[in-house]
Amino acid sequence: MKKVYTRPKSLRKVSMHYCPGCGHSIIHRLIAELIDEMKLREKSICVPPAGCAVLAYNYLDIDMIEAPHGRATAVATGVKRVLPKNLVFSYQGDGDLAAIGTAEAIHAANRGENITVIFVNNAVYGMTGGQMAPTTLVGQKTTTSPAGRNLKTEGPPIKVCEMLSGLENTVYLERVAVNTPKNIRKTKKAIQKAFEIQKKNIGFTLVEILSPCPTNWRMDTIASCKWIDDVMTKEFPLGVIKEVKC
Amino acid sequence: MNKQLMYGTHAVGEAAIQAGCTCYFGYPITPQNELPEYMSGRLAEVKNGVFIQAESELAAINMVLGASVAGARAMTSSSSPGISLKQEGISFLAGSELPAVIVNIVRGGPGLGNIAPAQSDYFQATRGGGHGDYRTPVFAPASVQEMADLTYAAFDVADKYRTPVMVMGDGMLGQLMEPVVIPKKKKTLPERKYALTGAQGRPGRVIKSLILDTKDMEEHNWKLIRKYQRIALKETRFESYLMEDADMAVIAYGTAARIAKGAIKRLRQKDKNIKVGLIRPITLWPFPTKAIQDAAKQTRDFFVFEMSAGQMVEDVRLALEGSRPIHFYGRPGGIVPAAAELARNIARHYYQSKRKQKR
Repeated sequence: MKKVYTRPKSLRKVSMHYCPGCGHSIIHRLIAELIDEMKLREKSICVPPAGCAVLAYNYLDIDMIEAPHGRATAVATGVKRVLPKNLVFSYQGDGDLAAIGTAEAIHAANRGENITVIFVNNAVYGMTGGQMAPTTLVGQKTTTSPAGRNLKTEGPPIKVCEMLSGLENTVYLERVAVNTPKNIRKTKKAIQKAFEIQKKNIGFTLVEILSPCPTNWRMDTIASCKWIDDVMTKEFPLGVIKEVKC
Repeated sequence: MNKQLMYGTHAVGEAAIQAGCTCYFGYPITPQNELPEYMSGRLAEVKNGVFIQAESELAAINMVLGASVAGARAMTSSSSPGISLKQEGISFLAGSELPAVIVNIVRGGPGLGNIAPAQSDYFQATRGGGHGDYRTPVFAPASVQEMADLTYAAFDVADKYRTPVMVMGDGMLGQLMEPVVIPKKKKTLPERKYALTGAQGRPGRVIKSLILDTKDMEEHNWKLIRKYQRIALKETRFESYLMEDADMAVIAYGTAARIAKGAIKRLRQKDKNIKVGLIRPITLWPFPTKAIQDAAKQTRDFFVFEMSAGQMVEDVRLALEGSRPIHFYGRPGGIVPAAAELARNIARHYYQSKRKQKR
């Protein structure tokens, strides 16, 4: 019989703590598959965030340095400058990157640090219990915006890829999603492209991944995946936001 | 190396480079800007040298964390308000047990304060500063030579104990020019077996400070505490000056200790019956508690002088446990008093105390 799927070597054989229907486990697996396929396990250093994915170091069998909340791109900068030949990537949520870590993200991007940011956008603070995130949609109800996000007082959601696209030194910014098999395949391709660009020392790359959070969205898993298509992608259009051809 | 005339900040930078520091990350703030300026030029000449002017103190200390975990000797520097911002990263360095050197060229505070020399960050430096149960070794130089020597030593202590170490000067020491001999280039650096360089022929390695299991977290804390006990035992440094016959000991560190020395010299010259000496803590944490307790065996009075409203005086009180009277003179807010002013205050307490003895 032909083997069509096996657990990636870079993914530890443990059960994950993520909620049913959460996108993190899919994204972890894609990263692990790519690290195996691109033979990068012995070169990879990942900077996990504060947030649900802080425990990524229990799942990915690669070197990991935990960063303070929001500082992952600064930590990754330090690592990459010392080890320019290694693959260095941060894994950050929307609160981590687009609220408390906005300055670090913008400046790492502006310096053109040769790192990759895996930016998981689920429009809420997941680990702390579903509070309003910088990417929460206008009108979206969360535990700290019970009446829905108010455009006038809380502003619109921050579009990270578009925001960074104006910086000269960003090389590749793409928004993808992990809500359908097709989108998952696209996500893998996007991460692969980012890693390849980093291998070639071209500059700053970021892949924004729209990812379901059924628990905090108060939806079932199917409705969550559908919500990404029907609602989230209207605010956060999928596709390559910026690519500098080299 | 030969003796050369150098600024305190430049001496720190050059000593760091000779100690094998290849990475500097910082953010401008007066009165320490000469250090990042020096490092920006100097690290360009060093093999694998990395200099980044970060977007903030937060970013700078976290770049230090990244460079440290990747195996490099890394440092940052700032002045009081900037050091407050770095506390998050210092706590993470302590929790993740990563070596780093942080230089604080203290200025007047609180808040934005001013840019004059002060010693008002003593509590922040010696009590841990950031959140959690940790300590940071703190070196307090009193000359440009010591700025160099103690920075050099700080890198070794940081590596030996896997801990962030602080070098705490002030605006005066930073901007002072004095002759200095820079320590020789370190030929071999200690191997960091825990560094992250990619999982070559081994499972992936994690450096972290998150320990959700309370029992494990407690064990981690006890491990840190045992480390701090070892540091206290092995790394405490102080200087004694004219203490052999002293019946009053002045306790002062850094710039204040220099002023105190001047005051003591002046007093002893004026009246040979004045027997005043100096104990100068060189490490603020670990504090030279035993040296002060030993001095109390023959010394009647203690006099603490600080360029603050009185912070180290609490450590002297803890050391003496009420066994000796402790006098205090302090000038907060960036005032640097002259030796004559301090001498008058020491003399007043000295004569009053002597009179009391006679009664």
